[in-house]
Amino acid sequence: MSDFSAVADRGDTAIRFTNVHKWYGSFHVLRNISLTVGRGERIVVCGPSGSGKSTLIRCVNRLEDHQRGSIVVDGVELTDDIKRIDEVRREVGMVFQNFNLFPHLTILENCTLAPIWVRKMPKRDAEELAAKLLARVKILDQANKYPGQLSGGQQQRAAIARALCMTPKIMLFDEPTSSLDPEMVKEVLDTMTALAQEGMTMVVVTHEMGFARQVADRVVFIDRGEIVEVNAPGAFFDHPQHERTRLFLSQILH
Amino acid sequence: MSLEPVAYVRTAPEPEEPPPLLSRGGLAWIRANLFSSIGSSLVTIGCVALAAYLLPHLAAWATTRAIWSATDGAVCRQHQDGACWAFVVAKWDYLRFGSYPVAERWRVDVVEAIGAALVVWLLWMNAPRRSWGALLFFVVYPIVALILLRGSSLVGLPIVDTLLWGGIFVSLLTAVVGIVFSLPLGVLLALGRRSPLPVVRMASVVFIEFVRGVPFITILFMANNLLPLFLPEAWAPDRLLRPLAGIAIFSAAYMAEEVRGGLQSLDRGQYEAAMALGLNYPRMTALVILPQALTLVIPGIVNNFIGLFMDTTLVSVVGVTDFLEAMNNAIKDPVWAGPTILTTGYVFAGIFYFAFCYGMARYSAHVERTLAKGRR
Repeated sequence: MSDFSAVADRGDTAIRFTNVHKWYGSFHVLRNISLTVGRGERIVVCGPSGSGKSTLIRCVNRLEDHQRGSIVVDGVELTDDIKRIDEVRREVGMVFQNFNLFPHLTILENCTLAPIWVRKMPKRDAEELAAKLLARVKILDQANKYPGQLSGGQQQRAAIARALCMTPKIMLFDEPTSSLDPEMVKEVLDTMTALAQEGMTMVVVTHEMGFARQVADRVVFIDRGEIVEVNAPGAFFDHPQHERTRLFLSQILH
Repeated sequence: MSLEPVAYVRTAPEPEEPPPLLSRGGLAWIRANLFSSIGSSLVTIGCVALAAYLLPHLAAWATTRAIWSATDGAVCRQHQDGACWAFVVAKWDYLRFGSYPVAERWRVDVVEAIGAALVVWLLWMNAPRRSWGALLFFVVYPIVALILLRGSSLVGLPIVDTLLWGGIFVSLLTAVVGIVFSLPLGVLLALGRRSPLPVVRMASVVFIEFVRGVPFITILFMANNLLPLFLPEAWAPDRLLRPLAGIAIFSAAYMAEEVRGGLQSLDRGQYEAAMALGLNYPRMTALVILPQALTLVIPGIVNNFIGLFMDTTLVSVVGVTDFLEAMNNAIKDPVWAGPTILTTGYVFAGIFYFAFCYGMARYSAHVERTLAKGRR
């Protein structure tokens, strides 16, 4: 596995995986992962289902732990130390496949919960910030509704706004469009594209190859727990080098 | 081969029409629910006939043929086809207060009135400043109630030994103490049972399974007889306090399992989203997990409350005179002895317990509906 620091050196390092291994029981789910994500870089991670791509980005905010190697996020190495984990989680936003909005809170309350309780922001300021971000994802008019009253696309945009309310330095997206009805995929991708254009560091697990081509700085292809190929999107899609990459692309690009 | 043409383009919109008459309104409901088949029609007619036969009889027993006022059991002994409410009226003070000294009973009235006002404040969901109500009810009220009921030389109220406490007020006291302590204790046990720390988890499991595996009466006897043995004599808890602790502990174990069910039915994504936002365990639990888990298990929790309220009648086995025990004592009074006294007394006790339990059930249904509004 070669090092990509040459590419990442454009800014400082946001995330650095060094020889990371992870097992579920005896199943070796991540194998010797080394990857450096620079500040402001947009990485798209793709691969067949069960390849470990979700596990990989869930390691970044320690929703999963790793057993060997090191992961450094925003200068903090992730260990069992809860303080470090909290420190990392404050700076890393995450958007999930199933939105995971809190159904007992309104959209506005979903957005202000963490700023108020984690950042200790006064309620008024948190609401102002939330309103600004909800306006940016174009659902300010839904602020006082409950998640169950919104469409899937609106819920996912609310989830993006909720994560942004913590003013994170890094955003993780775990298949953000996979459980959306087809007509709602675009509104979420547009939101993500806008975010990328503002310079947010993003790691996105997705099957949306159009998005990858348009937005990503690099595409990482993972199969069977190992990184198989990394390249700029143009080269990745037009001239895949590894046979497994070619097979994967032929299966998803009909 | 299709008989329709291959291509079709709509030219005029399909008009919106109301549903047919027989499929809406009361008529449709009656047809669907009461007379959907011959069998269901027969059951409907049979039930209506039975009710028409029984209800007037019961109503007459309880009202027109009942004795409403008398000074002793003589009149009731002559009219055996009606209830003897005069007996309940005559014993009312004893049923409410037990042997609490007559001159001091106003103190119980005051405690009950304050308690009722605070409970209404707390249960009325749109009431102003409910957090103040909670503070008053859970912190200030217990202290005030204890001083008033037991008395204190500091405020010049004579001491009334708990041996003399009895009747409805002891039943309510037992139920309220049980409810107020068992829910938080149950929540802690449920969280403990799901804790990643093995010691905490094991302790919770042992406690819950032990208490659930033992009949309530055994717990009461143990609280009553064993607790004093383990503690120095000066610390020996009050005779009334022991069954109160027993009932809170007993109910907490069942509450814990109820709450655990709610915790388990929450999606893992809720925990993950809370963690990803940087919420630590206490905040995640208090702000995200418990509000959802508890809402999900309101029916079960209220079911436990109702069971707890019924179980308060068992404290009589360790010598506490609750309402039912007071009724038992009253029934034994030779002045009122008569064939209708027993029935009247227990029917009244039944109405009392039913009123409270049905009230709780209705309130929980109301809360569920309110919380369900606007959510999935």
